[in-house]
Amino acid sequence: MNEQPIVFCKGGGCTAKLGPGALAHVLDKLPPFTDPNLLVGFDHSDDAAVYRLTDDIAMVQTLDFFPPMVEDPYIFGQIAAANALSDIYAMGGTVKTALNIVCFPEKMDLNILGRILQGGAEKVREAGGVLAGGHSIADSDVKYGLSVTGIIHPDKVLENNACCPDDVLILTKPLGVGIVCTADRVGQASEEAMAAAITSMTTLNKYAAEALAPFAPHACTDVTGFGLLGHLNKMLASRCGAQLHWKALPRIPEALDYADEFLLTAAAQRNRNHLEGKVEFQNIPFAAEELLFDPQTSGGLLVSLPADRADEALAAVQALGLGCGIIGRVTREHPGIICVTE
Amino acid sequence: MQYQVNAMGKPCPIPVVETKKVLAKMTAGDSVTVSVDNPIAVQNLLKMAGQKQLAAESRTLASDHYEVVLALTEESLAAAQAAEPAPACIPDARAKGTVVVLASDEMGSGDPVLGKALMKAFVYALTEQDTLPDTILLYNGGAKLSVEGAATLADLKLLESQGVEIMTCGTCLNHYGLTEQLAVGSVTNMYAIAEKLMGAARVIRP
Repeated sequence: MNEQPIVFCKGGGCTAKLGPGALAHVLDKLPPFTDPNLLVGFDHSDDAAVYRLTDDIAMVQTLDFFPPMVEDPYIFGQIAAANALSDIYAMGGTVKTALNIVCFPEKMDLNILGRILQGGAEKVREAGGVLAGGHSIADSDVKYGLSVTGIIHPDKVLENNACCPDDVLILTKPLGVGIVCTADRVGQASEEAMAAAITSMTTLNKYAAEALAPFAPHACTDVTGFGLLGHLNKMLASRCGAQLHWKALPRIPEALDYADEFLLTAAAQRNRNHLEGKVEFQNIPFAAEELLFDPQTSGGLLVSLPADRADEALAAVQALGLGCGIIGRVTREHPGIICVTE
Repeated sequence: MQYQVNAMGKPCPIPVVETKKVLAKMTAGDSVTVSVDNPIAVQNLLKMAGQKQLAAESRTLASDHYEVVLALTEESLAAAQAAEPAPACIPDARAKGTVVVLASDEMGSGDPVLGKALMKAFVYALTEQDTLPDTILLYNGGAKLSVEGAATLADLKLLESQGVEIMTCGTCLNHYGLTEQLAVGSVTNMYAIAEKLMGAARVIRP
């Protein structure tokens, strides 16, 4: 009885990210690289790096990997891949090649790894990319993800912080997958809630990016480990403020119930700490606050676009079938501060 | 009554989930001390205390050891009752009067090695239940489960810390020469065992 069974799912996904505070502390100490062709690098805190190769083509590079957040290895593979691919879409790019990143215990059944890689490969194919290789190491826990390379026109890079006052903010997937997966890990999530979370996490952001491209978005990012407020805070970049309406947030309905049961991650609390003084809640319920800090795995795109065609843009995303909504607007007032009201 | 929850090394939300199980059976004046190994878990516990209007304080014992003490007051009970509308029918989910009998150190009959492993797993699984038994009676071979070195000892101690009464048959301990090694709960006699069994609403015997 001394040997512990290897646990596949310990609560992973983007809840396993290092906290934003801890990360900034380390990154600030790295020597800066300067290259005129590096259009988006570390200093932008953007979703992916963009490097100009020619006047017409820039390369978009990203990588993402994490421990399982669901029990089914095939679904985990799909989610991890959808999450890694998402950064390319958040920059406005097109996926070209992908490489597997694998950590896997030597003693675990290799068929499990096979299922993970199958799920990942199918998502790369769906994205229109080519799976071109990978790297695997033996580790005590399972981790999987992809390094993805895409391309984009250097003038059409969709930066995450180029939002403008009076823009409308659209979120393309429901919030709450972190809370629902956490509730599931302690056996308290309903089948419906978990199914909704899995559908959302396995859906490629490709479709939302394509649907919104015609509406000339100013800025775009994908909502992942730092939660909606964390990523929105980066988008505002102390230049603009934002006004959100919590009742307009697309969400998995049960997530509010589970938040009221305090089925909360450490990552959500780290997000809350990091944004201290940058968010004003005006009379909103505790569970809604938690939803806003909830780390999302393979979350939706947060898009800032001109208000005049916002309803049309929303209709285009709604046609994709996932929970989505106009969650608020960018303000000239209170720069750097996000106000959340009813 | 003062309860203990040891959530060292356990990731969120496990410290909160385990604390909630203890809170559910606390009455006014009771408190629970939760040990955790990181400050984020402390914050998550204090956040719950704030929502439930519990009296709470935390202290740092070391950089990887923190304690949060949550106390249930008359005010927090009143707040909880005001917040929750009474359901039309209240099922009794407290498993009142449930007695678990461990009459052997093996679960089921067959391979003894398997039987012992199953018994260890059963006692662990008991600790994870939403509702805990009132009493666990250990007699005959079951007396080997509550002594020093038993694989089930830590889980029985956890159950005891959450208010489960653990009673081991003294005659049986004596028979196996284990009287001095009893490490959890109390020694009992046949009169008390008979009384517990007769008074039980349910007897669970794995």
